[in-house]
Amino acid sequence: MIIFRYDKTFEGLLTAVFEAYQRKIFPDQLLADGESAPLFVGTDVHIDTNEEYAARVWRGAERRLSGTARAMVICCWLSELPEADILLFRFFRKTFDTPYMEINFGDPDILELSKIGKRVNGEKHRMLQFLRFQKTEDGTFFAPVEPLYNVLPLAVSHFRDRFADQPWLIYDIRRHYGYYYDLNVVSEISFTDAENHLITGLLDDRLMDKDERLFQKLWKTYFRATAIAERTNPRKQRGDMPVRYWKYLTEKQ
Amino acid sequence: MQEATLEKLKVLAESAKYDVSCSSSGTVRRNTEGTLGNTVGGLGICHSFADDGRCISLLKIMLTNVCMYDCAYCINRRSNDIRRATFSVTEVVELTMEFYRRNYIEGLFLSSGVVRNPDYTMERMVRIAKDLRTIHRFNGYIHLKSIPGAGQELVNEAGRYADRLSVNIEIPTEANLKLLAPEKDYRSVYQPMKFIGQGLLENKEDRRHYRHAPRFVPAGQSTQMIVGATPENDRDILRLSSALYTQPGMRRVYYSGFVPVNSYDSRLPALKQPPLVRENRLYQADWLLRFYQFRVDEIVDDTFPQLDLDIDPKLAWALRHPEKFPVDVNTAAYELLLRVPGIGVRSAQQIVAARRFGKLGFYQLKKIGIVMKKAQYFITCRELPVQTVNELSPTHVRQLLTPQSRKKTVDERQLSLVFEEE
Ligand code: SF4
Repeated sequence: MIIFRYDKTFEGLLTAVFEAYQRKIFPDQLLADGESAPLFVGTDVHIDTNEEYAARVWRGAERRLSGTARAMVICCWLSELPEADILLFRFFRKTFDTPYMEINFGDPDILELSKIGKRVNGEKHRMLQFLRFQKTEDGTFFAPVEPLYNVLPLAVSHFRDRFADQPWLIYDIRRHYGYYYDLNVVSEISFTDAENHLITGLLDDRLMDKDERLFQKLWKTYFRATAIAERTNPRKQRGDMPVRYWKYLTEKQ
Repeated sequence: MQEATLEKLKVLAESAKYDVSCSSSGTVRRNTEGTLGNTVGGLGICHSFADDGRCISLLKIMLTNVCMYDCAYCINRRSNDIRRATFSVTEVVELTMEFYRRNYIEGLFLSSGVVRNPDYTMERMVRIAKDLRTIHRFNGYIHLKSIPGAGQELVNEAGRYADRLSVNIEIPTEANLKLLAPEKDYRSVYQPMKFIGQGLLENKEDRRHYRHAPRFVPAGQSTQMIVGATPENDRDILRLSSALYTQPGMRRVYYSGFVPVNSYDSRLPALKQPPLVRENRLYQADWLLRFYQFRVDEIVDDTFPQLDLDIDPKLAWALRHPEKFPVDVNTAAYELLLRVPGIGVRSAQQIVAARRFGKLGFYQLKKIGIVMKKAQYFITCRELPVQTVNELSPTHVRQLLTPQSRKKTVDERQLSLVFEEE
């Protein structure tokens, strides 16, 4: 069995692909440095992340893969699933070696990648659906999120485009980072000593814009009034709007 | 904005909720630097799901529920003793803006009762759309429900600010419409529809000459029919739908299972529950018309004027036509794959892509997302057929695929609105 060890970054993974083709050995497993290896390891290679190699591999991907397939690759990486990196490794290898391989859904790896891609995309879409802003007293709109996969980077451009005339902060409570838009640029930020609302996701009354509570109340009123009692269907509601999002949904508080 | 708006919002949302068309689909309106909002195209975004399981995408309200008409199927009819309220233009504008800023909604869906006359009412609706677009530079989605009988000028102006306009046909035959809504006729519905269509065609022409000519209702028009308030059968309804789809820019026909809001009116049938299953089957049939290349008379005809409530219309068609099956997934044309129960548009595309690399078997089809429980009786692949509809007989397959009647009452309520992937 062949093992590659790398720093668990995306650039590191791309470097590993580069090195594999250089050395003509292909790993069965990818591990982090220091992670314990299984029995019967034949070769154990350490990969040093190299930006230039990584860039070369990505340029190769741009030539060989469609935009859709490259988006799938990014999605799969952001899934943070334990098996994502080795799957991506095999995907690169197969699609680099065989033209048009990316649409061969009869291949288990290709199919698996497209499934993970779909799941991650679904989670990104749910962020666009269920994210809720609260307006703060200084006029910034604040939204807490806690997505299953690390999809905030995929969603930022949507919010940048849509909410271009209001400053906002979207913060991933679980992963402790977020994006802030100041009417000019979007920058990634991470607070070290987190304030309370960055832990609970809910603004304190004293930090709220004076009309914020009123608009929350208006929205809740609307939410209740628009449902048709004769058609009550909690199962469909839960199916389309999983309970794990309710925590930050204004209308569900 | 103050607490008084709360009361109005409650009244005017409740009055608007029976109109089912609420999707915000089909436009891409890019944000202009430094302004609020965009629309994303595709199916739009559902921001929440109400207790009845319906998607909340737009702020769906009435400008006023005061109405001088007396349509039998409508809770806002003149003769009902209900609470009435009227929004000011600013209230609607501010609610839309503030809800949008908090990512509650994709935009506004505005309808109204008829006050004074159709044009007077329409004018105030247009004002709201205009203020949102020009003063507040709002780029989110706007759907206006055009008032039956509104004049061409106003419809044209509405079309410049709205993404979509709709005129509801409500009742599938004119005679029954007149019976239930004495103040309305098909002319008052078709006229504005025609104006919208004309506007769209002219705009298309303009845009050929000047690429930057402003767009006219970029998301087209839609309409709605109430199902089960009058005795028309599914064939009447679907024939009308398919005729409506030939109108310029007609994107969606919505079907709304009749909710008996005015049970005292003897012109209306007494229903214990809205006909939700029938409504769902109509949506499925509509889907077949628009995306699966079915013709109306293949779905319903004089021998089968009603949709089968127990099974979906595609399966029903397949069982009536066992001679078309089995279909070989490894060689059949895309159009034939679409006809197989259990294969959706996406999976048909994936099959066509994947089979270039080798013959597909049961396992791969399953992984692609085909509902093999259904499809197995209608296809052959590498290791199938086991037993197709021809060996088993349509009646037997039908039995195998019909949900147990014991559970039906529960299942009926859980049917999802449409099937994209089966
Ligand atoms: S015109 Fe519209 S609001 Fe007025 S009664 Fe008829 S359906 Fe209801």
